Amino acid sequence: MAESVMQELYEQEEDTQKGRFLTFALGSESYGIEIKHVTEIIGIQPITEVPELPEYIKGIINLRGKIIPVMDVRLRFKKPFREYNDRTCVIVIDIKEVSIGLIIDSVSEVLSIPETEIVVPPEVGKGNNKYIKGIGKTGNDVKLLLDCEKLLTEDEVDSLNNIQ
Amino acid sequence: MSELYANEPMMDMYIFETTQNIEQLETCILDTEKAGYYSQNVVNEIFRIMHTIKGSSAMMLFNNISMLAHTVEDLFYFLREHKPEQIDYSTLSDLVLEVVDFIKGELDKITQGDKVNRDSTILSSKIKDYLEELKQQNAITELIEKPVIEKQSHYYIAQDKTENKINLHMYKAIIFFDDGCEMENIRAYTITHHLRDMADEIYYLPQDIIENDESIHLIREEGFQLYVKINKTYNEMFEFLKQTIFLKDLELIELDNDEEFKQFYKPIKKIILDTPPVMIPKINNQNYQEGKEQTITSSNQSIISVNVAKLDKLMDLVGEMVIAEAMVTQNPDLKGLTIVNFHKAARQLHKITTELQDMVMAIRMVPLSTTFHKMHRIVRDMSKKLGKEVKLELIGEETEVDKNIIEHISDPLMHLVRNAIDHGLEATKDRVTLEKPKIGKVTLEARNAGSDVLILVKDDGKGLNKQKILDRARENDLLIKTENEMTDKEIYNLILLPGFSTKEAVSEYSGRGVGMDVVTNNIEAVGGSVSIDSEEGIGTTITLKIPLTLAIIDGMNISVGKSRYTIPTTTIKESFRPKENDLIKDPDGNEMIMVRGQCFPILRLHELYKVKTEVTDFTQGILIMVEQDEKTLCIFADMLLGQQQVVVKTLPSYIKSTRKIQGLAGCTLLGDGNISLILDIGGLVNLNG
Repeated sequence: MAESVMQELYEQEEDTQKGRFLTFALGSESYGIEIKHVTEIIGIQPITEVPELPEYIKGIINLRGKIIPVMDVRLRFKKPFREYNDRTCVIVIDIKEVSIGLIIDSVSEVLSIPETEIVVPPEVGKGNNKYIKGIGKTGNDVKLLLDCEKLLTEDEVDSLNNIQ
Repeated sequence: MSELYANEPMMDMYIFETTQNIEQLETCILDTEKAGYYSQNVVNEIFRIMHTIKGSSAMMLFNNISMLAHTVEDLFYFLREHKPEQIDYSTLSDLVLEVVDFIKGELDKITQGDKVNRDSTILSSKIKDYLEELKQQNAITELIEKPVIEKQSHYYIAQDKTENKINLHMYKAIIFFDDGCEMENIRAYTITHHLRDMADEIYYLPQDIIENDESIHLIREEGFQLYVKINKTYNEMFEFLKQTIFLKDLELIELDNDEEFKQFYKPIKKIILDTPPVMIPKINNQNYQEGKEQTITSSNQSIISVNVAKLDKLMDLVGEMVIAEAMVTQNPDLKGLTIVNFHKAARQLHKITTELQDMVMAIRMVPLSTTFHKMHRIVRDMSKKLGKEVKLELIGEETEVDKNIIEHISDPLMHLVRNAIDHGLEATKDRVTLEKPKIGKVTLEARNAGSDVLILVKDDGKGLNKQKILDRARENDLLIKTENEMTDKEIYNLILLPGFSTKEAVSEYSGRGVGMDVVTNNIEAVGGSVSIDSEEGIGTTITLKIPLTLAIIDGMNISVGKSRYTIPTTTIKESFRPKENDLIKDPDGNEMIMVRGQCFPILRLHELYKVKTEVTDFTQGILIMVEQDEKTLCIFADMLLGQQQVVVKTLPSYIKSTRKIQGLAGCTLLGDGNISLILDIGGLVNLNG
């Protein structure tokens, strides 16, 4: 433990954002995304639907004059749709100059997960773990660490097939 | 030089003012060139501009600019004073424009924080030579004896000199600067510069402070000697000189007679004798200038340059405020309360926010005129170099385009205009044999077309040769279709492809093989498109279609179910609620409506975009008849919400990259913070066949 604290201090010195993850809940699982991608967290907003888009892109929202698309991560992971409530949040992330909002069930906390505690996801045939970059261990829990870039770019072919 | 960068606001001011002056100068020259004659006003104007630039450049220690401006000032001083009759106006314009370019280049460097170091002496001596030549040509013999430098020997005679000679005091001042303050000559110059407006006559030693760096040593050793005739008391004068920066020692003596002035008098007396009648108009001129100068400075002050990023931010903030306002005034907690005064105040607030929003949107829009006017210069230079007579016609220069877009289209436009003159127009003698008007015409036209801004570059030259284009395309393997299958338009558009240039010989202005694809790239970067139309022997038209990105359009907001859409008002012909018996359905299930004897197809927006709505019966909703590209369509929506000016925003790039949605041009924010999708009518009418 002492070692990990030292490690943490060292990393904080190096880069305060490194190794820190925003964790959120999606159903019973807990996911984490690198904090350096996160711009802000907002409550659910009125969403304007945009036609002809894959189902998981719910539409666009107005974030203080900036128009950003929002993606329902549940649908993206082919989980059943759940009605939005006041716990539902939109995490606005910014990857390679592209802003996008992720609709998730609820946000939990910001955690520091040292690199030593992150393992590569096991190879389990198909499944949707291609969006998972690693699995972080914190105490007794495991957090699925998302690969944001893949979340946005991968699966283009798939998404086109979905609507046709 | 440290002083130079410590003065940021002053620097900004300098850059801004000088840029404006230079632009004004350029317009002046180009206008007069058209008239073929430099009127007295113009000469005065140029003299004034150069004088200002000289002064401020010297103040900011840009000696090369200041020196150059000085020579031009001399030249125009001569023109103003002697009104010579034989002037080679075109050489004169060339020279001044060269100066303009030089200063522009230096200003660019200053803006980028580079060192200003280009040598202006070659240009200066060119101008001096020209001045000499002018003098000789106009045979003002006495003046030739007097070298040019002598005119710079700094007798400055202020405008109100005539009456109050009696109150004049004569002073001799010897000024020493702090050791190691450097550039004593410039500092000395600054003093004389300040004194010039107040003093009647100023002489100083050493005389060539600006031109000659050796003078620094003289000033260091012997001090800067200043002889002034001025309408000020000893104390006033002393106070004034004491303000000098880095002043080490000041010796001010009031002189009883003008003995010591005599040594400077010689050249002046001569001039006064030479040209006695000129002196009177000169005073008038200067007064006139003075008045003009004041009006110009005041107009300068009413314009400030603002960072566009700040404007973007401002626009977002105002949008945010509008939403906040709606949240307050339509707060659910207020329901059921009778609060008359609150509503009054809320209405007032609403009025102000709406006005504010309109204003912020309007701020970003800039008329195209500046960009268009820049082309005058290109046309002028090119017609001279290529020996083609060209007339540039500008139409619709008042069309407003977003500032960002203007920056992107300026270069392509320049390229197109060059192309039109170089490749498009025939040589003058060919035109005569072809019985075309001798003067070639290039037209720049801008207009709003639906949701786009169209910019047309037209020439009445030889047009494009289809066969040549095809041959060239074949050589370079650019053909995708077989030749007979291609329409004229497709053939013309071949020249937009990279690696295509029909001009065999590379000329100075165009035809380096990069060609039109650069234009296409630039225009596509802002989401626009380029198309070409041509008729052999009659001319070529190149149309730039600039998208509505951030352009403000007048839109009609409509609703379908919960969704909002915006239709550009310019495309709307009418809207109406149809009668049952006007509706027609053909066997394929296509719905149409008969309006005044004509049949139009109907597009159900809710079906196209799969929006849930309760209004599916035509008689309950509304039909909006739109027209673009000479095709007409009736859009069926639930209801009209109202007309509004909207700022067009592009859809997020993520959505655009995921899928290209047909019939959507972008989106916009409505006053209540909701997002409305802007319909691309062109796309919709074509979608329908």
